[in-house]
Amino acid sequence: MVGAAAERHAATALIDAAFRPVRAPGRWFWPTLGVLVAMVAVAMAGYGYQLFAGLWVAGYTDAAFYGIYEANLVAFIGVSYGGALVSAVLRLTNAPWRTPITRMAEATALVSLLVGASFAIIHLGRPERIWQLFLFPQAASPIVWDMVAIATYLAATLIFLYLPLIPDLALARDRLGPSAGRLRRAFYRVAAVGWGGTPHQRRRLNWSVGAIAVLIIPLAITVHSVLAWAFSMTSRPGWHSTIFGPYFVLGALYSGVALVIVVVAAFRRAYQLEPYIGLRHFVSLSRIMAVLGAVYLYFTFSEMLTAAYVRTRDEASIVAVLLEGSFAVPFWVFLIGGVLVPIALSLAARQVRYLVVAAALAVVGMWLKRLLITLPSATVPLIGDVWGTVQVTWVAIVITLGAAAAIPLGLMVIFRFVPILAVDEMAEFDAHRPSAEPSSKRPLRAEAIP
Amino acid sequence: MLDKVDRSAPAARADATRRAGRLLSRRQALGALAIAGSALSAGPLVGALAAAQGTARQGGSTHEGDPAVDARRWAMVIDLRRCDGCKKCTDACQAKHYLPPEQEWIKVYTLRDRTGTEFAIPRLCMHCEDPPCVRVCPVTATFVDRNGLVLVDQDKCIGCRLCIAACPYEARYFNWTEPNIKPPLPTTATPEFPSPQQRGTVGKCVLCVHNITQGQLPYCVEACTMDAIYIGDLDEDVATNGTETVRLSTFLSENNAIRLKEELNTRPRVWYIPGHGEDLLW
Repeated sequence: MVGAAAERHAATALIDAAFRPVRAPGRWFWPTLGVLVAMVAVAMAGYGYQLFAGLWVAGYTDAAFYGIYEANLVAFIGVSYGGALVSAVLRLTNAPWRTPITRMAEATALVSLLVGASFAIIHLGRPERIWQLFLFPQAASPIVWDMVAIATYLAATLIFLYLPLIPDLALARDRLGPSAGRLRRAFYRVAAVGWGGTPHQRRRLNWSVGAIAVLIIPLAITVHSVLAWAFSMTSRPGWHSTIFGPYFVLGALYSGVALVIVVVAAFRRAYQLEPYIGLRHFVSLSRIMAVLGAVYLYFTFSEMLTAAYVRTRDEASIVAVLLEGSFAVPFWVFLIGGVLVPIALSLAARQVRYLVVAAALAVVGMWLKRLLITLPSATVPLIGDVWGTVQVTWVAIVITLGAAAAIPLGLMVIFRFVPILAVDEMAEFDAHRPSAEPSSKRPLRAEAIP
Repeated sequence: MLDKVDRSAPAARADATRRAGRLLSRRQALGALAIAGSALSAGPLVGALAAAQGTARQGGSTHEGDPAVDARRWAMVIDLRRCDGCKKCTDACQAKHYLPPEQEWIKVYTLRDRTGTEFAIPRLCMHCEDPPCVRVCPVTATFVDRNGLVLVDQDKCIGCRLCIAACPYEARYFNWTEPNIKPPLPTTATPEFPSPQQRGTVGKCVLCVHNITQGQLPYCVEACTMDAIYIGDLDEDVATNGTETVRLSTFLSENNAIRLKEELNTRPRVWYIPGHGEDLLW
């Protein structure tokens, strides 16, 4: 009976850890939230000014008609993909170490998609006419494809976060005391949709989660390919490239896995999740990131070599500004600091902090790369040889920073309401270990949340 | 006829453009085009040419009112041998369309030919037969009208700028800020005469459709002191620079006229007559 007692204790600790942010998120929660809310508020003020004054305040001109917002659109939707992939692929391959990080990965996918998709509106000249996209869509336009793909993927991400959450919501419904407040308890009651953990329900849930995990992979590929095609369906040098779809998908995966590493590390530290998320999780994620980074490096090389070798005038001019021209500094910073160093560090380091540094470098480096995709082709002269000039304005900066702040903010809010760890799945995994008793899930459900 | 039209209310005239376009028969419109030429040159040859064509195409008038038959195929020819890069076309276009200085619907580029000699080349909207900008527009705000002109409905445009990205000729402009140059009279903007322009939408050359459907010359043609710019109709096979009228097909073939970026298959309706040994492969 000693074993059973220890297991009860472990289950209690797990629930305690998963619900810690829901109950009492700690003394740093509100100050951090305050800072993030302030950043988002400043961004909204900046956007308000942009609505009032016109798009020029974001630094655009006719010779630089796309820029930071379009880079943000690709970058933020890209990192969303990584969250979805980590969770979906690891689920499908039944990787046993995945359970403590899937919840955070799925939530990251949802939040960063919402932030990324908002740039589809922020970059418009007439955002108030967005409804025309639904009333008079022109099927041949890549932007219409984008809209359909993003909306579908958003629905899938929501479902993907929600389904595995149902047993945990039921847990909260059953065991959160009256101190949780009436509204919150009502939320759990409705959201748990009558989950009782019966074998029938469990079979249904497992099937559904498996199905959405399968579905979300092609959906995420579609979203990012279509995003790439909005660029490559034009004849502009640098954009009109057959490699663009897969190139964008790989970039999204690489940066997305990197962001998951950063998010997991941050919440692990803030909410003391060290007993559940250890070095091995970071090592495994970092290896995936390194492989994706290597493939991205290969794609970058392949794309630039074909353009530079044949040297048609327009394509070669794009390669030239990247390698040695006006975009050379950010390009080499991206290549070395955003790909080579992160790959080397992810493979060599055996300490969490260095792996997180590698991932953070990859996230920032890939954002820079999106700027390097957008800007040269948007400023290249199609007639004559006068390049457009890129302007960096405070409006574009505060909106970008606000968007970056919105991701941790959204995650902090989500984890105020739902457990940060997939309690039920983690318990289920323990249950299937040979050493554990088959009934070990029962005591978990009977346990009151302290 | 040129002088009789009140120039102070171009947009009001544009309002009537669609109606007028439909009412004018082929012959009448052709006559108007020819008169536009003869009014300036008063050459008897021009009148003869117009009369001959009118007779040859008399059958056309029986289809009066049928949009498919009534439609024109507007075209432009720019004779680079004559262009001296004075930018009077740009100035006239900007003044008469109330454009801000950064919007050059007709823009004069200075390029170098093979020998390194500079030459001027005005670029306006090519009014492509297969326009990439129209294909990528998510809300059909940009469209090809029945006369083959690529126009923008600024009431529909959502400002996504994908058409700017798609245009191979840099012919599209964005209203990044509230247009501060407005017509003197309150007018209703139309795709044919988008003035005053709307902030956050795309503007571009309209080939002065408000003028040409009424037998007037486009502002750039009118302003060109070198007579380098011709407006014409591929169906009627006639073009004029305001001074002389030419048979369009012969004019193009005899002078080895070319179109920009032919390899993109956009099939522009604007031809260039090279004269300085330009390879025009920028």
